Amino acid sequence: MAQVTLRKVVKKYDEVEAVSAIDLDIADKEFVVLVGPSGCGKSTTLRMIAGLEDITGGEIAVDGEIVNDVPPKDRDMAMVFQNYALYPHMTVYQNMSFGLRLKSYPKAEIEQRVQEAARILDIKDLLDRKPRQLSGGQRQRVAMGRAIVRNPKVFLFDEPLSNLDAKLRVQMRTEIKRVHQKVRTTTVYVTHDQVEAMTLADRVVVMNRGRIEQIGAPNHLYHAPATRFVAGFIGSPAMNFLPCRLEQAGDGLNIRLSDKIKFAVPAERVARYRAAVGKDLTFGIRPEHLTEAKTNGSKNLASFDAGVEVVEPMGNETMVFISIDGTEVCCRTDPNAGAKVGSPMKIAVHLDHMHLIENASGLVL
Amino acid sequence: MTAATVTIDRGAPTRPRYGSMSRDRRWAMRWSYFFLVLFAIFFLTPPLYMFVTSLKTSAEISAATNPWWVFHPTLSNYIELLTSPMYITFFRNSALVSIFVVTITMIISVPAAFALARMKFWGSAVLATGVFLTYLVPDTLLFIPLFKMFAVFNEWTGIQLINKWWVLLIVYPTLTVPFCTWIMIGYFASIPKELDEAALMDGANYRQILLKIFIPVALPGLIAATIFAFTVSWAQFLYPLAFTTSPDQLVLPVGIITTLVRGDVYNWGQIMTGALLGAAPPLIIYAFLMDYYIAGLTAGATKG
Amino acid sequence: MVDAVISDARAVDTPRKKTGLRRMFQRKSTIAFLMALPLILLIAGLVLYPAFYAMHLAMLNKSMQRFVGLSNFTFLFKRETFWMVVQQSCVFALTAVLFKALIGFIVAHFVHNIPAKGQRKWRGMLLIPWVIPPAMSTLAWLWLFDPSYSAFNWIFVHLGLPAIPWTGDAYWARFSVILINVWYGAPFFLIMYLAALKSVPEQLYEAAAIDGANWWQRIWYVTLPMMRNIIAITVLFSTIVTFANFDIVQVLTAGGPVDKTHVFATWAFRLGIQGGDIPLGASVSLFMFPILAICAIFILRDIHRRGNEAS
Repeated sequence: MAQVTLRKVVKKYDEVEAVSAIDLDIADKEFVVLVGPSGCGKSTTLRMIAGLEDITGGEIAVDGEIVNDVPPKDRDMAMVFQNYALYPHMTVYQNMSFGLRLKSYPKAEIEQRVQEAARILDIKDLLDRKPRQLSGGQRQRVAMGRAIVRNPKVFLFDEPLSNLDAKLRVQMRTEIKRVHQKVRTTTVYVTHDQVEAMTLADRVVVMNRGRIEQIGAPNHLYHAPATRFVAGFIGSPAMNFLPCRLEQAGDGLNIRLSDKIKFAVPAERVARYRAAVGKDLTFGIRPEHLTEAKTNGSKNLASFDAGVEVVEPMGNETMVFISIDGTEVCCRTDPNAGAKVGSPMKIAVHLDHMHLIENASGLVL
Repeated sequence: MTAATVTIDRGAPTRPRYGSMSRDRRWAMRWSYFFLVLFAIFFLTPPLYMFVTSLKTSAEISAATNPWWVFHPTLSNYIELLTSPMYITFFRNSALVSIFVVTITMIISVPAAFALARMKFWGSAVLATGVFLTYLVPDTLLFIPLFKMFAVFNEWTGIQLINKWWVLLIVYPTLTVPFCTWIMIGYFASIPKELDEAALMDGANYRQILLKIFIPVALPGLIAATIFAFTVSWAQFLYPLAFTTSPDQLVLPVGIITTLVRGDVYNWGQIMTGALLGAAPPLIIYAFLMDYYIAGLTAGATKG
Repeated sequence: MVDAVISDARAVDTPRKKTGLRRMFQRKSTIAFLMALPLILLIAGLVLYPAFYAMHLAMLNKSMQRFVGLSNFTFLFKRETFWMVVQQSCVFALTAVLFKALIGFIVAHFVHNIPAKGQRKWRGMLLIPWVIPPAMSTLAWLWLFDPSYSAFNWIFVHLGLPAIPWTGDAYWARFSVILINVWYGAPFFLIMYLAALKSVPEQLYEAAAIDGANWWQRIWYVTLPMMRNIIAITVLFSTIVTFANFDIVQVLTAGGPVDKTHVFATWAFRLGIQGGDIPLGASVSLFMFPILAICAIFILRDIHRRGNEAS
């Protein structure tokens, strides 16, 4: 059992607050990813969980016991570093067994654990090599092996894939997921790559400027972002943001994107949005919800004409860039939709998936 | 549109420069070798001459034949010295002092360097600069007060410090410890902090981090520091000259100079042999561990 | 898929709690302090204390019974030998350091020019003077300079040139001391500057060459600025060490002839140890201190500046 709880955890460097009063509950066996841009405090949070940074305020508890003052070596956690941090003078076997040797485990058990971890990670024939003889991906696996062997309560990953090339990164991502399925240990994983977050996590914690923006399952964050930041951070290509105005239109409401483009708010949302009439708003919609207008009209679809500026054929789809009042907007169309630069195209807006953001608070309504 | 005709002008030479650039480089190399040979002659003449002289008998030396060549080489000088109990004593004293000083130096320097490089504690920055500055207080300033201090100590406790070879064990570290600490700080600081953290997560305390991680990884630096400490101890002249006087307490440099070089008649053959043998240990270490030697020098200064 | 079974046979490890953040801090810094303690004691007891004790000693009379204030110093000021020693020490240090740095710099370039495989060999050969204990190598020079049997003079005489009184004549003796000092110290500069030369990016030279610089301009505009720090540090260090040099002068001339090659160190030795007047000897060696302090200040300033530039 290894639940990790953070209560109002604060980290200050002199007067600068790197992490501001965050609350987080991580369940046993859960794979939680802390994701956010550089400087958002995710690594700092991870290091506080590990004990490598002192906690300025708040509490961190593991299985109900507060560990604020417990040194890293007594927290029973293992960490995989961005730069692998393998001991250069030891072989892979010695690297992996170091922690156990420090605690004077019997030799037979050390042997068994190392071999088992090596089997899981497929590094059995590397055991006698030194780190400098290994490739990046192999080193990363050894670093993971070192963590697995200790059978800790929590695995901590600090941007482990950032130093690998793109192809290797995809490969290792799957490895990590596979290992987590085999060795079901609570994991806290830090990355700045939202694709890693989405693919690996049971739950994603989006952080920005020392605060938690939103916690949720990947799909939930994707389809129901709570703030403008989360909406724009998750998903690639990113969500389109357009300034807009809400107008009264009889009993309903209209969203006006420009002089020429407006559409009616779907009936079920009118009540929710009514209070925002007249405020500064942003209209958010993902590219896949801006498609070519098909003749069969689905419900809650509005359409407008737009001039195509850039066409990017991706094979399975074609990205079409249009411009609305000077803002570049990305749309996803069928490859056979016949988009051509310079010629106009009818774009359909799937209003069921639109998001309305209040500029002042950054919250999604 | 007329078809464009491209005429290739073969008149002007397109690439004569290539030849002259590599010619420049070759000339630069030739000049370099020429001067290097000159300087090598300058630097290596004294030790070579020491060697040549050591193979000569007194007779040959005073015969004033060509001093640069040995006509009747002999090993008698070597044999005489190596079987002379006095010389052996000098050698033994030097060896003992050097080995002990190296040990003491390492015991003091390595933990101190670890503490200064990795652990912040009150006054660590001051201490680091202080170590550096100590190096600037020369032995030629300290030998007089130390002499008096030892005399006073003798008065208080009755323990004779002057004229005992092991008093050198107390003073030599002042010469070796600052620089060795400086070298080790440089090497320790270059170990990535993540390695510490990985070890902390693996459950190591500071002692284990130092012994099992830092020392093995910084081994080249340790070797360089050891070599430096040994060489400095072996070559020391002022302190032993000031503090030891009886022949059985002398170390090698002082021994050779005070016993062999005296009176009116110098036995230069023996003196040169003695000097060469005296220079042998550092030279041998240098021959085998040259890279560590040089690494220690450059690390100490450039990382400072 | 078979779940991995990693048996958990270890005893339950209860985390030891520290009852206060402060205690954890103290533990780490006390350990660190203890580790540095021998060093602190060594410096305090065998470097700092003697240095101050020297100042106290310098103000006692010869038999060290009475406090006489600055009369030792005034006594020295009146002696002509003292001023000779001051002048000789300064001239030695400055001249020797200048030539050492120059030769080291020049030879470093030559070594840098030859292919890498040969560099190691040459570097190894050229560093030998620095490896030999200076007292031993000075003996070799003493023999090379011997009034009757000098090997150098043998060559000169054969070429029809006059024999040189290397250690007999005052000016030649000074020359000899500087020569040996340069011989001994230049390799050190060579090694330092060679390492520094290697760290200058090749692209800077290529850019300069394209801009039309000849070899002299390349050195002046590319090499020297990039090496400014290492040059400053080595020169200052060497000035201090050369200024305080003892071995070479003592073995070669013991200060003679007629005190014309005495430096602070050897004269302090003569007066203090051989002459038995400890306070006077202390006064002499203390005179080195202001000059050393000035050099130290320059070094510190340079390091701080370098440190700020780097960060």
